[in-house]
Amino acid sequence: MKLLTCPLNGQRNITEFTYGGEYHPMPDHQQATSREWAEHVFFHDNNAGVVIEWWCHSASSYWFLAERNTISDQILRTFPADEIFNQRIDFAPVPEPASDAKGESQ
Amino acid sequence: MPFGLLKYGLSSEYPGEHHFNPTTELKKHYDVVIIGAGGHGTGIAYHLAKYHGITNVAVLEKNYLGSGNTARNTAVIRSNYLTEEGVTFYRESVKLWQDLSNEFNYNVMMESRGQLTLAHSDAAIRSFRWRAEVNQHMGVRSELIDRQQIAEMVPNLNMSEDSRFPIMGGLWHADGATARHDAVAWGYAKGACERGVELHQLTEVQDIEVTSGRVTAVKTNRGRIECGCVVQAVAGASSVVAKMAGIPLPIHSYPLQAMVTQPYKPILTPHVSSPHLHVYTHQTSRGEFVIGGGSDPYPLYNTRATLDQRESLTAAALELFPFLAQARMLRQWAGTTDMTPDYSPIMGLSPVENYYLDAGWGTWGFKATPICGKTMAKLVATKKVPDIIKPFELERFYKYQQINEAGATAASH
Repeated sequence: MKLLTCPLNGQRNITEFTYGGEYHPMPDHQQATSREWAEHVFFHDNNAGVVIEWWCHSASSYWFLAERNTISDQILRTFPADEIFNQRIDFAPVPEPASDAKGESQ
Repeated sequence: MPFGLLKYGLSSEYPGEHHFNPTTELKKHYDVVIIGAGGHGTGIAYHLAKYHGITNVAVLEKNYLGSGNTARNTAVIRSNYLTEEGVTFYRESVKLWQDLSNEFNYNVMMESRGQLTLAHSDAAIRSFRWRAEVNQHMGVRSELIDRQQIAEMVPNLNMSEDSRFPIMGGLWHADGATARHDAVAWGYAKGACERGVELHQLTEVQDIEVTSGRVTAVKTNRGRIECGCVVQAVAGASSVVAKMAGIPLPIHSYPLQAMVTQPYKPILTPHVSSPHLHVYTHQTSRGEFVIGGGSDPYPLYNTRATLDQRESLTAAALELFPFLAQARMLRQWAGTTDMTPDYSPIMGLSPVENYYLDAGWGTWGFKATPICGKTMAKLVATKKVPDIIKPFELERFYKYQQINEAGATAASH
């Protein structure tokens, strides 16, 4: 049995957890081009070595981050997401274009 | 035989035929450097040499010939995919498979015993009907069959309605086949070496030199080689190698485990797969049952075997074929599957002008071997992307034009 230490629930069998993908900083949603979004959504570092990734303890729906070595499968550290996400992110919509752009949308 | 063993065992003068060139020093320059000597890499070299007259080619392999996923896959050949692009591509591959032994005069033991995919839900029946229609339209033999037809085709299958997920119907694919996977790499490598291609085993690429958007050289553990162009065909290490050339890829690498039983009398004719139970099995020509399933639950560059996966594979296989409870397991192993977001490969041009990609082969690489050899060689020789692989370009992810084959895998991943 392979164990993973959940920051909330302690040591549990890894089968209780769901892998949630690599951790990537999100691009600026107001500025990012379509190409940058494609890279953020589809492309991965897929590193052979130490990576930071999302995991979820399925039974308690608790999401957290883990540092894991993808060659040796050693889990080096697990930590709550608020170590990285410690500031409020403002998801204000992109400002409406000025009225002179109106004709183009026809 | 024992006498020959004594006579030649201690001598370097064995009169037998050498299939591949003996290791030589690396030259300073090759027109084409192919990274990876699996079925794909050697297939590309073979087609370059035989059909395009390009023989100043080096195939570099960090381990030994065919030691990666060519040796680790479960040798399933089929073309019953869902999209027009996918079906066209794999259909052409199956056609090439059927004549492959003649093509390079090496027996790949191709056996067209058909493939049966099982439905355990109404949703699966709907999706199979869709696939059957698409396949028939594209000239691929696929049809929806009912419980009685399944019971007649596979008498040992557990057709009980009291099982956890009773079988409701199936997708029968008469073109489904299997072949001896090692022989594919050996046959291609032999044909390529006979025509002047150099195979360099134990030669690991450690860096790729890119100057103003063009590859100029590759650095290996045996020295630096200048090259006209590079083709990467390294399933299981696609991201790692592409990164040396500065190319990001939309890939996550997961292990996929399989196992094999001791040999038994022939009792199972077709390949049987159940996406719902995440398992597929067939009996090899040697009599072993090969059992494979979905990828591991998280990415890893390691081919270790786990007890978790053995338990889930065994449980699913026993649900389909209860008699396997008596079978003894011989081996369990893993390969590394480079999974793309749309379950289709990444082939063709890359952001680096003379660097060609043959990547993202997830769980569908073996069946595509001959068509990859043919089309990638054509791309390298003519610098024009053949129409049949155009849809699989890396650029499709930036255009949001994925080719979704997630539903057409043999076991959901």
